[in-house]
Amino acid sequence: MSNTTTQTDATDTSQNIVQMNQIPADASVRAESPLYHADLKTVAEQGTQDAGIVLQELALLDHLVLRGSVDNAAFTTGVESALGMVLPANLQSAEHEGRVIRWISPDEWLVTTAGGMGFELEQQLREAMGETHFAIVNVSGGQTVITVEGADAEEMLKKCTPYDIHISHMPVGKVVTSLFGKSQAVIRRTGEQGFELVIRRSFADYCWLWLQDASGEFGFSVKES
Amino acid sequence: MFYIYCPYCEEHREEEEFHAAGEAHIPRPLDPDACTDEEWGEYLFFRTNPRGLHHELWVHGVGCRKYFNITRDTQTYEIKETYKIGTKPQFTRAEENA
Ligand SMILES: [Zn+2]
Repeated sequence: MSNTTTQTDATDTSQNIVQMNQIPADASVRAESPLYHADLKTVAEQGTQDAGIVLQELALLDHLVLRGSVDNAAFTTGVESALGMVLPANLQSAEHEGRVIRWISPDEWLVTTAGGMGFELEQQLREAMGETHFAIVNVSGGQTVITVEGADAEEMLKKCTPYDIHISHMPVGKVVTSLFGKSQAVIRRTGEQGFELVIRRSFADYCWLWLQDASGEFGFSVKES
Repeated sequence: MFYIYCPYCEEHREEEEFHAAGEAHIPRPLDPDACTDEEWGEYLFFRTNPRGLHHELWVHGVGCRKYFNITRDTQTYEIKETYKIGTKPQFTRAEENA
């Protein structure tokens, strides 16, 4: 019976990796962010401008999930040379030239870059890391980013997550994946009065409605992306 | 608020972020084809149900999504320790050391 066991051919696996630019060459294909239906442009035009909370979708950024071991020097130095920043340690993030890298798990990071630049960055990362063991997955279509800023941002977010987001516990640059309403979000502090949420596409509408509801008592405005 | 320490995030996190995933330290038989039905059934279905210290597998599902172990007292619900996969517990029942 044991001779039915199959062994996959481990030689030269690099040749089997399919790299694909998810953005079609034909520019006539319309891109819609997960909050496209919410028509944030119109909402932005209607709202007040001096609100305690300012919400903005950073729509259609490119998102790459990066996985590898921190014990693997080829992986860490490869990422460093391609991104121009060191892999952030537990619950930390880093920013460089418009790219943000967030710690997600001991062997997982989320990189965001300008819309349309993801494939190029993926190729640079693959080039820099060479034959070593790592994984890159483009998840741009699966999630979106919302920034929450203003004097009341922290007060409002306290209602959204059980995580202690006080600046003494969550300083600028710290990033956590935690509950957000009944859903979840990757929450990062970007400034004393600024936060950023990475939310899943399928929960984007729910999170957006939740944010509007939670912000209502403070007054909020929407900034066009 | 009830916090559990995640050994991968290296901080205490809200209990809602976690899920229990059954008993810890159940080795899969190295050669399943060589197992008797009893041995395989034992591995697949039978679990200890101790009164006192119990080693459990938990997952930080809304967080780093890593599995880790908890030693928990089934009488008092007290969590004695949390530790990474591949490491050994500090707290054990007397019969585990026999
Ligand atoms: Zn964790």
